[in-house]
Amino acid sequence: MNAPVGPPQRSMILDQSIKVLYHSILVLALYFGFAGHNLPGGGFVGGLMAGAAVSLRYVSGGAEAVRTTFRAPSHVILGVGLFLSSATALVPVLLGGAVLEHAEYETKLPFGKVKVVSALPFDVGVFLVVVGLVLMAFAAFGDDRVSAEPTETDVKAVQ
Amino acid sequence: MFALLAFHLVIGIAIVAAGQQLGRQGFAVAAVAPLVTVIWAITQAGGVLDGEPVTESFSWVGGLGISLDLRLDAFALAMVALVSGIGFLICIYALAYFKPHDPTTPVKSNVGRLAGTMTVFAGAMLGVVWSDHLIALFIAWELTSITSYLLIGNDDTNPRARAAALQAILITGMGGLILLAGLIIVGQAAGTYLLSEIIENPPTTGTSTALNAGLICVLIGAFTKSAQAPFSSWLPGAMVAPTPVSAYLHSATMVKAGVYLVARMAPMFATQGNWRVVLLTVGSATMLIGGLRALRQYDLKLLLAYGTVSQLGFMMLLFGTGDDHIAQAGVAFLLAHGAFKAALFMVVGIVDHEVGTRDVRRLTGFGQGWRLTLVAGVVGAASMAGLPPLFGFISKEKALDGYVEHGDFVGSTVVLVVIVVASILTFAYSARFVLGLFGVFADPEFEAKCDDDVDSQTAHSPSSQFVGPALVLTVFTIAAGLAPIIVDRLVEMSTIALDPQAEPKHLHLWAGFNTAFTLSLVVIGTGTALTVFRSRVAAAQSVMSKAVRLVPSSEQSFNFLLRGVGVVARRVTGVLQNGSLPIYVSIILMVTTGVPLIAFAQEWNGFGDVIETPVHVVIVAVIIAAALGASIVRRRIAAALMLGAVGYAMAGLYVVQGAPDLALTQFAIETLSTVLFVLVLRYLPSTWTHRAPALAAPMRIGVSVFVGVSVFVFALVASGARSDVSGPQQSEIMVENSLTKGKGANVVNVILVDFRGWDTMGEITVLLVAALGAVSLARGGRRRGEPGPTFEEILDDEPGIPVGDSDSPSSSLIGAARRNQEGSG
Repeated sequence: MNAPVGPPQRSMILDQSIKVLYHSILVLALYFGFAGHNLPGGGFVGGLMAGAAVSLRYVSGGAEAVRTTFRAPSHVILGVGLFLSSATALVPVLLGGAVLEHAEYETKLPFGKVKVVSALPFDVGVFLVVVGLVLMAFAAFGDDRVSAEPTETDVKAVQ
Repeated sequence: MFALLAFHLVIGIAIVAAGQQLGRQGFAVAAVAPLVTVIWAITQAGGVLDGEPVTESFSWVGGLGISLDLRLDAFALAMVALVSGIGFLICIYALAYFKPHDPTTPVKSNVGRLAGTMTVFAGAMLGVVWSDHLIALFIAWELTSITSYLLIGNDDTNPRARAAALQAILITGMGGLILLAGLIIVGQAAGTYLLSEIIENPPTTGTSTALNAGLICVLIGAFTKSAQAPFSSWLPGAMVAPTPVSAYLHSATMVKAGVYLVARMAPMFATQGNWRVVLLTVGSATMLIGGLRALRQYDLKLLLAYGTVSQLGFMMLLFGTGDDHIAQAGVAFLLAHGAFKAALFMVVGIVDHEVGTRDVRRLTGFGQGWRLTLVAGVVGAASMAGLPPLFGFISKEKALDGYVEHGDFVGSTVVLVVIVVASILTFAYSARFVLGLFGVFADPEFEAKCDDDVDSQTAHSPSSQFVGPALVLTVFTIAAGLAPIIVDRLVEMSTIALDPQAEPKHLHLWAGFNTAFTLSLVVIGTGTALTVFRSRVAAAQSVMSKAVRLVPSSEQSFNFLLRGVGVVARRVTGVLQNGSLPIYVSIILMVTTGVPLIAFAQEWNGFGDVIETPVHVVIVAVIIAAALGASIVRRRIAAALMLGAVGYAMAGLYVVQGAPDLALTQFAIETLSTVLFVLVLRYLPSTWTHRAPALAAPMRIGVSVFVGVSVFVFALVASGARSDVSGPQQSEIMVENSLTKGKGANVVNVILVDFRGWDTMGEITVLLVAALGAVSLARGGRRRGEPGPTFEEILDDEPGIPVGDSDSPSSSLIGAARRNQEGSG
């Protein structure tokens, strides 16, 4: 039987490499999220990438680590994401345009030219929804690492 | 005008918020809104009556072309007189109505709420009569339904009030939905949603089936709102509301919204399709049924309610013909009815409040100080009966004259007969009202059966504030009757506002010895006879009603329909939701793939180039092997990993075809979904179980093969679907426009956020719902035998639960999972 247990002992190599990888993957996820409009990537891919980073945290720290990953609770992240996307979609309508009509804004900063398209908040919303979904799934189906070992009360419950 | 609407809304909400403190004084605050409106309307009246409507416009949802256009023309002004004029009087009246006999009794807390909701209603009703845009009119229309629901059910501890409120909103709400469909069809057919533009250029497509259906929909909406047969049952039920509400909403204003809409539409559409047939049939039936039922009531308020139903039918017959002379009679009757019916309701409210009953069998006449109340009642009833020299007589005379002189359409003679017969009934129940008020129906036997002790002879006489509003309306009824010149201009200009081609004639108290006057004499004579021989009439009616009772009344039909919906829903649910997950999944898969397959199969045009590069062979071999493996292996985790392998191989295919975005997404999704699979599968037995499957193996194989073939056909047909379309391909258009219109170099992303942005919106909404559903399922299933946690508990499941505690959801889930394994392993 594959009893639902986490690794009985922490693997130090795993833990340490995750510590290094986690933030790098998040940065990559953010890169994908922001680069998406002109290069491969986008909010959806970025969100999935961030979700993958979260799953690494789960492997090393259990559901507890996932829950404390971000300060905002997962359902807030989900809601903010959907709100951001819907607002981006509907604001042009209120301004007399079509749904999801986009405008761009270009400016010069000390390090170069920056172009911002109004599709960005929409993509950020998608990003947040995906991250929120992954967080919620781990919170719902994951275990706390320590309690993965059956406790006495658990054993009683089974009997 | 927008300011006035907002003013109503703000005042209404403020009163509701402060309802507890204000109590009945809320009506004093509420009176400000109609008063301001009336004053404003008077300042505008000069211009409006010269044929220059006041308009205001405000672009609301520019992208959808919906603007808020308000327009005050003469007919709207007449409605304002009803809505705000009577509204103001009702507020004054309600102040006295809700004054307790004994000053020490605590004021009911919901009276303030009533005042606030009534103000919001008044604003919504003004919105209906001022809206020039059909959609804005519809929104205000629905607001009146909702506020009516709240007002009928205001006494929320009374189950009868709640039931009546529910019935009202179900019927008017259903009508509202049908109306919306109708308004959209009409708006599309006319090419504009502005009433003022439609009247100038009415759609001339007399043969259009769509327009005809749209008009029927509009009529149904108007019929439900104005309590026409067979939708009339909610109006008598709504009489459980306090009398000020009944007097205001359910006689003077809201129920006239349907009549108002018909009046606006009839000049343009009366000659089209089945409008006249439907309207004249329904109006006639309503007028007769209402009159007959009013004649049988002992409760004065119900008598007035059925009378209102009858007269709403009458108004439909006047406004709906499309003839301007008859419509002019309609405008006059609209005003006359508002005045006398509101006054009569007020009188009934006074009697109810001071004596404690509205039953004519318990009224034995009144003592000192009641004279003015009785005068208001008698004058109101006389106007309702159509006696000279009152306003009701003039309007009814005008109506008869209109049908006699200008009824040149099919069925007009029949309708004229109906109007005369129903007017006789109206005379009879008006007389019944007066006789009841004077105690002619007093019945000592019935009185003896009643528990409480009431005596109208010694009842406390009403205060002048209580009677005053009714007297104002009474004075108007007499004045407009003796000198119709005071309303003449308003009525004439209203008729012209409805139909620019109209040529209204002046109103006269004495229009000469013509056919209409003869008919009036017939009505009065026969009505008097019915009153004199009322016991025989009652006997005949009860014999008749036994036969009629075999036909279900609209009340019974409504209840039958409600129960029927419940029964059917239960049966359908029982069949469809039988509780077997394999069966659900099979049905869902078969339908979602099978239905499109029918369409795809017709488009089938061969296999095309299946292998483009040698790498394809390798990748496809991996995919096929992994897919076969997934369906053969016995361990669940292994199957999940095999599915992951299929996904990765697909991503490889994307790379080969030059789609890095798709490949990236596919890799990320496969990784995450495999992790989640593993996470969830820990709670299931490690191998498949085959005990008593709900679907036998051959069935499952059959479903799988069917789904597989469908997807295969879909993929092949869809990829070649556009090859036969001439002109530039959709994909080429997207590539061209990506940078210029979508402002992005990555076409895939521009498609996601711009060209097909709506799809993405839908997808992330589905994601969100799926996440909430999965979490609820996971948490809900954790504690067996106990009620699942509420949604709040699921979301508020804070970290920091003592680790290892048996109450911790996760540890008890392990227990549950383990029990599950042992049970099935």
